[in-house]
Formats: sequence, structure tokens, C-alpha cells
Amino acid sequence: MMNYFELYNLPEQFEIDLIKLKDHYQTLQKLTHPDRFASASEQQKRMYLTKNSQVNDAYSVLKSPISRGEHLLIVRGVKLPSEQDTVGDIEFLMEQMEWRETLDDATSAQALEKLVVDNHEILVKQEKIISAFLSHNREQDNQAAAQELGKMKFMVKLADEIETKLDRITDS
Amino acid sequence: MALLQIAEPGQSAAPHERKIGVGIDLGTTNSLVSAVKSGQCVTLADEHERHLLPSVVNYSEASIDVGYHARDNSNADPANTIMSIKRFMGRSLADVTAHWDQLPYQFVADSISPRFITPRGELNPIQISSHILSALKKRAEARMGEEITGAVITVPAYFDDAQRQGTKDAAQLAGLNVLRLLNEPTAAAIAYGLDSKEEGVIAVYDLGGGTFDVSILRLNKGVFEVLATGGNSALGGDDFDHLLASHLAQQLGLDAVAEKQNHRRLMNAGKEVKESLSNADSSVVSIQLVGAEQSTQLSMQLEQFNQLIDVLVKQTISTCKRAVKDARVSIEEVDNVIMVGGSTRVPLVRQQVEVFFKKAPLTSIDPDKVVAIGAGIQADILVGNKPDSDMLLLDVLPLSLGIETMGGLVEKIIPRNTTIPVAKAQEFTTFKDGQTAMLVHVLQGERELVEHCRSLAKFTLKGIPAMTAGAAHIRVTFQVDADGLLNVTAMEKSSGVKAEVQVKPSYGLEESEILDMLKSSMQNAKQDMQARMLKEQQVDASRVLEAMHGALAEDGDELLSDKERDAIDHALRNLGLCAADNDVDAIKRAIDVVDKLSQDFAARRMDKSIQKALAGHSVDNI
Repeated sequence: MMNYFELYNLPEQFEIDLIKLKDHYQTLQKLTHPDRFASASEQQKRMYLTKNSQVNDAYSVLKSPISRGEHLLIVRGVKLPSEQDTVGDIEFLMEQMEWRETLDDATSAQALEKLVVDNHEILVKQEKIISAFLSHNREQDNQAAAQELGKMKFMVKLADEIETKLDRITDS
Repeated sequence: MALLQIAEPGQSAAPHERKIGVGIDLGTTNSLVSAVKSGQCVTLADEHERHLLPSVVNYSEASIDVGYHARDNSNADPANTIMSIKRFMGRSLADVTAHWDQLPYQFVADSISPRFITPRGELNPIQISSHILSALKKRAEARMGEEITGAVITVPAYFDDAQRQGTKDAAQLAGLNVLRLLNEPTAAAIAYGLDSKEEGVIAVYDLGGGTFDVSILRLNKGVFEVLATGGNSALGGDDFDHLLASHLAQQLGLDAVAEKQNHRRLMNAGKEVKESLSNADSSVVSIQLVGAEQSTQLSMQLEQFNQLIDVLVKQTISTCKRAVKDARVSIEEVDNVIMVGGSTRVPLVRQQVEVFFKKAPLTSIDPDKVVAIGAGIQADILVGNKPDSDMLLLDVLPLSLGIETMGGLVEKIIPRNTTIPVAKAQEFTTFKDGQTAMLVHVLQGERELVEHCRSLAKFTLKGIPAMTAGAAHIRVTFQVDADGLLNVTAMEKSSGVKAEVQVKPSYGLEESEILDMLKSSMQNAKQDMQARMLKEQQVDASRVLEAMHGALAEDGDELLSDKERDAIDHALRNLGLCAADNDVDAIKRAIDVVDKLSQDFAARRMDKSIQKALAGHSVDNI
């Protein structure tokens, strides 16, 4: 597993400078994109194809808070819980069911728009919680962060579903 | 007489030697080739100063005839005159005949991918396309007076892996070195220099002879993202001609039999009317009917013509509407509209497009040539003629890639619009105890069910060590390159056994088939071939030597141990000796040795350059 923070010469932490990330992305593209090696040897082409793929993947991983958090945990040697592991969290399960019901009940554009706002607020809060847990590399905090990342993933998926439903209503 | 140039010892003999990169627009109806000449990208004409090459091939025992002659004589030999071969690329025969029945061709029965029966034997779409590409290559070589270093070939933005791979294979078969496959709308945007802008939304309206495509692109600092595409693969300028022809027949009072008899003459007259109405309000055409002594004069007003084609133009506009909606942008967000394809010369088309997008479309570049010109500009950069160019084109995967899972569902591995190149690994495990093989079905598309996606390939992973169910961990890596082409490798993790991957492209050709075709097409010229291979290897050798000496001078002391340095120096000396000799295989082996020995060195140099560039940035930012 490659350390993407290292590849982008960024500090190994959850809070990163997004402008710097983009800046380094463009520098790395200019250095490694296959078009720069269109007339190079096969060996060079292969080498830069691999590197450029990592540059692209790293950018998409580091850009989004969830994948960045997960990557940080992997770099720290923390094993991420699988979907089955999170099923045990009864409280979170209840929360999920409540959200699903609320989404099912929301049939007007206004109700759905309110859900979008609520969901967004929770995501912002959630990111702060995760950031706090990840600010120290401590076993207990890392585990907690992994749990919170799982919740945040659900909220992002839910946000997509709300948007899709909203689109359907406003389109028709 | 020009003075001889002598380079400084140890330096490249001709550092600014220009290489020829060509752009090729391989179209459904017409194709073009372009190149940069004295700083300007232009399309290249044939010996009769015609720039277009009709994408039509006639096969007879004596010859393979590509272009105008084949097209104009298609009525005489319809079964062996292949038109619109692009529609067959990467498709099954059933796919194509579902849209176009009554094709005059003869196909090999029991073949899933189309195989045409011709006097030159059974031919597949890749071979037929390669004949068109060969004709363009020949034209470019004649016009530029030099060998072609490489080509950028355009493809529709919605082309999937099989269609892209087929296009690339065809080029390889034609002896072209493919620098890059480029999306047609992106090429049009490059021709207008829009890639130098920071960001914006671009609509490309492409109305060709027989196809209509609209693409909505988002440009963000050199990244062209295809937001949406739409179109109608059976609507084009030829339909305008059809409408005009039947209108003229009506005016002449022809019955169905006479109309059929005069079909070609009516179509030609229709085309003439259409073209003259592009810059006039009325047109007079004379038509001589079959068996008539005199020709008849007919006049037509622009107004009448507009009424005739209005319904077709409206169809294209409603397709645009859907594409804009799919792209989730508003009309106001579209910054530029580009016109592509000869049929966009029709005034009503321009007018309607302007009304819909609320801005005048870009038309200053010949709409027939704009895609080829964009491809040529990119080709010139990729062959290295503009080392200082900052332009970097990033593309995205047009359609999601996934694999079949239990229950006929598709699990997405790489979603559409991911910036390419990209590599993603996925782990699989065995279902039964002692299982030693596994079938992986790779698909492309956005739908959830296997039957709704395009089957790209089936891989059989063999040689998995027998273990209990679920114990084997097979890591399958999907690598998509800058052309959007997929390559798959697999490995069993716990044992480290590299599983054998058998690639069976659902449509298209195996690498070995291409090699065989290349060989058989060159058998006649075997000696030529050997001489050419020797020359190519020698050029390769001198390139490797030059690059390595440069790299060693720069970083050899810093990045290599004495032992490593000695080994590389020795291999380079050996390569130098081999290159002076005539043994193709020996040169090849010597290059391989240098490659292997210098692999780590090359990687260290790459990492060093990256660290240096990023460190420089960090300092700047403080």
C-alpha cells in the first residue's frame, strides 16, 4: 500500500491544505502524465503509467474526507472495520432506520430540501468529530474514528438518495 | 548549399529535428488527416487537392480501392463496397443489423463479430478500417515527404473499450504508431484553442453525413470531462439530400419507378441545391432525367428548403436539450458552442443552434476539418515538437467498468468520469473447496444488470492453488491507460502464484491475431520488412544510448553504487557494439539488458524529480 500523503509531500494528517493538494496534483500531472512520454522507451512508458495512475488515485482519495480518513488509518496500520462489523452498533442501526423512514415520508420538494440541509449539517459535524479523533495517533481514538467514518459513509450515501429523489420530483 | 551542422561531442546530433505527428479523423462517412506545417495545423489533400477521403472501401480481386472512386461506383458493386464501417467497430453483427437491415453485404454465418465475405477473403471491421487508415497514412507520407512518427486518432466520446481497442488495432495494422486516442469533441475544442482557458462548459454539435452527436464537456485546468453525450446514429446531412431529392421528384411529377430510376441524379441535384443554399437565398438546379433529351431547370427558395428540413433540425435540438439536462448544467452555463460536420453549414442548423444555446456558435474553422485539426495539434505536441508546451489533456473514463457478481449483477470497479490513467485492484475468493480456476466477466456500462451492459471480456484465472473455499485471495488489477483502454492482471496473494489470465475479447482481436495479420500482410515484402526492422532497432539503440548517457551524466554519481554503475556501463558498451552490427535480435537483447539493469535507476530518477518539484513548490508557498 502506497502512502499517498508522502507521494503528495503533504503532512500525514486528516486536516490538509486543499489548495496545496490541487497545486501538487497539477505539478505531479505535468511530471508523470503518459502524454509526456509518448515517444519514450517502453520501460519508461510503463513506469510512468503506473506512477500517474497512483497520482490520480491519490488525488481522488485525498480530496474527499472519508477516503482521506480511511487512508490515514491504513497508513497508521489500523484495520478498517468491514460492513458486517458495523452491524453490531445497535444505536447507529436505529438511527439509520429513522433516516430511511424520514426519507420515505418526505414526498414534497420542500421536505426533501430540508432533509438536504439537515444531512449537510450532520456531515459537517461528523467531519469535525472525525478530525478530533484523528488529530492524535492513539489506538483508541483511531478505532473511534473508524466507526465514525462508517457513519459518515452512510450519510453521504443517504445524501445521494435524497438528491435523486429530489431530482425526480422537480423533473416531473 | 546549406552548411553541415556538427553537434558537440556527447550531445544529440539533431536536438531540434522535427518529427511528423499526424491527426486522423476516422469518420463514418469521411475521414481526414492533418499535420502541422510551418507552425500551422492543416488538413492534407490528395493529388487532386481533395481534403476529405470518403470512408468507403471497394474490394476486388485486383485491388483495394479506398475513397471517392469506391464511393462513386458503389452502385456497380454494392456487395463489395463497404460503407460506414465505423458503425461495425467493436460491435456484434446482431447489434448492427438490429439498426440497419437490408445491408448489401455478405457475412460469414455463425460468427458473433461481423466478418465480411469479399474477393480479398473474409475481412473484419478492424481490417477494413485499417485500409482506410493506410490510405490516409500514404497521403500524409506523400505530402510531408517523410515518415510518420505517430498519430493521434479521434473517436466519439461515447466509444466503449471494445470500440476504442478496435480503432487502435486498426491503426496498428495500418502500420501507424498510435500516440493517443482522442475524443472527437475534445479535438474540436483544441482546434479552437479552448483548452488554454481555465475552465468552462463547451457544447459540441456534430452533424455529419449520416450521424448526429452532441457532447457537453466541462473543462477545468486542462481536464476535459465529458458530462453528457447524445445523438442519433441514423440522422445526418444525407437525410437532407433525401428530402430534397423526393421534393424535386414531386416537382418533376415523377412516379415511383421513375424516381427510383433517377435516384442518383436526384440525390446529386439535391446535394447541389443544399450546398448553394448555404450562402444564397435561392438556387436553380438543372437535372437531366434518364432517357430525357434536355435537362430541366428547377428553382428552390431557402424558405422552402428550411420548411422541408425543419423537422429534422428540431430533432437534433431536442437531443441537445436532453444532453444539457443529462449534464446537469443550465443553458446559461454553456460558454462555447462548436459546430462540427459539413451539415452544420446549413443556415437553418446554425440559426436553430444559436436560438437554443442563446449564443452564436463557433464556425470560423471549416466544420469538416475541425476535429482532424485538433488531433493534429495534439499529435505535434506528443511527438515532442513543442517541448515547452504546458498543455496537458486529461481525459476521463467514458463508461464505468465492472465485473459480474452473483445473480447477474454488475459490481462497478471503476466508475465513469474517473480521471485516467487509473488502476484499481479488487480481491476475489473461491466459492468451493479445492477450486483451481475462476471465471471473471468484465463489463462496461452504467446499468445494474449484466445483460444491459456491454460484455468486454471473459477471463479464466487458472492455477489457483487448491484450498478450502474462501481461503484463496485473488487480487485482480484493472489498469486503464490514457486512451481509456483496459488491461487486467491477476495474482493469488497467499501463495504468490501469478494466476494465468486468458483474455478473450468479446468483440475484437487477440494480440496474436493482430500479429498474424500484420505478418501475412507483409509476407510479400519480407526483405523490406527485415531491413526496416534492423533500421528501427538501430534507431531504438541509439535512442537508448543517448538517453542513458544523458541520465548517467546527470544522476549517475548520486543515484548509483559503483557496482550498479559498472554493470550499466558494461551493458551500454555491449549495446553500442551490437548496434554497429546487423543482428536484429542481438540489438534487441542488448536493449533488454540495459532496460533491466537500469530499471531501478530510472525509478530513482523519477522519484528524485518528483521530490524536487514538490519541494520547490513548498518553498514557494512559504
